[in-house]
Amino acid sequence: MGLLRYESQVRPPLVNGDKDYHQVTEDICRPVETRPSKAWWIGFIISVLVLCFGIVSVTMEVIYGVNQWNLNKTVGWGYDITNFVWWIGIGHAGTLISAILLLFRQGWRTGVNRAAEAMTIFAVICAGQFPIWHMGRVWVAFFTLPYPNTRGPLWPNFNSPLLWDVFAISTYFTVSLLFWYSGLIPDVATLRDRAKLKWRKLFYGIAAFGWTGSTKHWQRHEALSLVLAGLATPLVLSVHTIVSFDFATSVVPGWHTTIFPPYFVAGAIFSGFAMVQTLLVVTRKVLALEDYITIEHIEVMNKVIVLTGSIVGIAYLTELFIAWYGANTYEGFAFLQNRVNINSPYGWAYFIMMGCNVLSPQIFWFRKMRRNLLVTFFMSILVNVGMWFERFVIIVTSVYRDYLPSSWSTYYAPTIWEVGFYMGTFGLFFTCYFLFSKYFPVIALAEIKHILKKNGESFKEKMTPVENETLYEFVEKHGHDHGA
Amino acid sequence: MAVKKFITGNFYDEAVLFPAVTKVRRAGYKIHDVYTPFPIHGLDKAMGLRDTGLHTAGFIYGITGTCTALGFITWALTLDWAINFGGKPFFSLPAWIPITFELTVLFASVGMVMTFCYLCQLAPFVKKDHFNARSTDDTFVMALECTDKTNEQEVIGFLNNLGAKDVEVQYRETEWWLGRYDKDTKRFERKVEPVH
Repeated sequence: MGLLRYESQVRPPLVNGDKDYHQVTEDICRPVETRPSKAWWIGFIISVLVLCFGIVSVTMEVIYGVNQWNLNKTVGWGYDITNFVWWIGIGHAGTLISAILLLFRQGWRTGVNRAAEAMTIFAVICAGQFPIWHMGRVWVAFFTLPYPNTRGPLWPNFNSPLLWDVFAISTYFTVSLLFWYSGLIPDVATLRDRAKLKWRKLFYGIAAFGWTGSTKHWQRHEALSLVLAGLATPLVLSVHTIVSFDFATSVVPGWHTTIFPPYFVAGAIFSGFAMVQTLLVVTRKVLALEDYITIEHIEVMNKVIVLTGSIVGIAYLTELFIAWYGANTYEGFAFLQNRVNINSPYGWAYFIMMGCNVLSPQIFWFRKMRRNLLVTFFMSILVNVGMWFERFVIIVTSVYRDYLPSSWSTYYAPTIWEVGFYMGTFGLFFTCYFLFSKYFPVIALAEIKHILKKNGESFKEKMTPVENETLYEFVEKHGHDHGA
Repeated sequence: MAVKKFITGNFYDEAVLFPAVTKVRRAGYKIHDVYTPFPIHGLDKAMGLRDTGLHTAGFIYGITGTCTALGFITWALTLDWAINFGGKPFFSLPAWIPITFELTVLFASVGMVMTFCYLCQLAPFVKKDHFNARSTDDTFVMALECTDKTNEQEVIGFLNNLGAKDVEVQYRETEWWLGRYDKDTKRFERKVEPVH
């Protein structure tokens, strides 16, 4: 067993403190099994109130039509599609963490994947609201689906990126949900077996699906996770690629660029990790899970943020270069007049985007900054502000001045109901997250236990003598020991 | 099936469990199952379980999704209701790749999860007998099935020697049944006496 558990001392432990399996269960189940704190109630009530405002805003839009929003002749996609792309981008981190990092065998993902996946699901739910309610006649939203109807049957246009979106996002939501819940089942079973109260036994009994932890079931569970990760990896890349096709396959200057798919995917990972940071920096503190979501986890995610932020930065510069080098008058106008030009009506938005997304994450080149919680939290907010402005810049500055100057719109600014809708999705997101963090373990219990004997602090310390052995001693002592 | 007799032993360390599994098998006892709180790599091999065919099922579901998407779109846009989109060919395969890919992933994932649930008999309101509630927390529980010929004391002694704790005889239902965990339901709760 020596070799099975051996991991180099060079890597910092992923679980701090002297923990055994039972202690891990106790620590992670504690927030679920105790009464919620006052902070939880305050946060939850605020979220529900904001959600209510969102519901009112959407109701206004449904009753009185999309006219309640300030969309005009040229700006047909304004706040709502900006928010859609923003939320769907945020919804990419969870699956990235759990799927891609699973394939890459990154042990640190175990501390953050469960919460990140939950966040993904809630973000996709929020994202889905925008195109649905933007339809105006939302009661015919099912027209997007290819069902045998009485109009021919008339099929939707399978060549349209907007229909690809319907398929991509509903598939992404379904697969993320299945992936998340199949991972959650064993942990819910743990809660069920610890439950003392009647309603807990009932609730977790239903939710655990009768999981027992049989070796054969674990074997299948492992196979399922691996294949789902393999499927979710191209899926997560495809979803934002397809979202970028909504723009890239059009002939609008500023949208019609081949760089969009990789640029959108990098931006999605960037904003998604920022949202994970925002949530986890608070969650680990409030739920006292600092031993599981350690500074190491925060630092690693900050490294991903600086990497993807820089990729996004290169994409911005490439776009500008091509706008100039391509010598297309209209594209040049969209980029050089409507965006980079600080004196243009939306020039400020472009520079907020540049500042937040490209310049500010560079602070994470410094180790001290990566490991500073306050800086991390502040930066995570800043990045998401920047990423919101990126989508706003792409959408609004490309369309508010179209080919015909007489239809150049006046300044597009949202109405209270557009803002209210956006706020409402925040309410929805945080309501879901608060409920999740109260009723489900925010850390993947079984996965933490799985890596505990290799990456736990106390177990790593026991490996110090192994580390100091010579190669000969090492082979002699552990070479033929495969657990037989 | 019905209630069977088992001898269970609890282990708290994989380093003890692995050799124990090997020795129990070598001694000729039949391991009913080992219940663990997390997946232990190599335990299935040590127990002599064969590989799962879930991957293959996933592949078949995926191919089904690909064929469904391509077949349906081809039929809808070339045969059933061909629409001229800007003079492009009716059979415009590149534009169908995204939906084909999405349906492949969707079919494969949903199919695999449903197969997984079917094989492991997982569903809401399914109830199964537990040997030890701590097996979802920190205990590895090994259950050996007893037959008429089994010498209980010998098995108990054997497991104790291998490092198992709290070795005991338990009678357990081996199948699932519909029930709730807040109520102490059994699979054959009401045995009505036959009327003669």
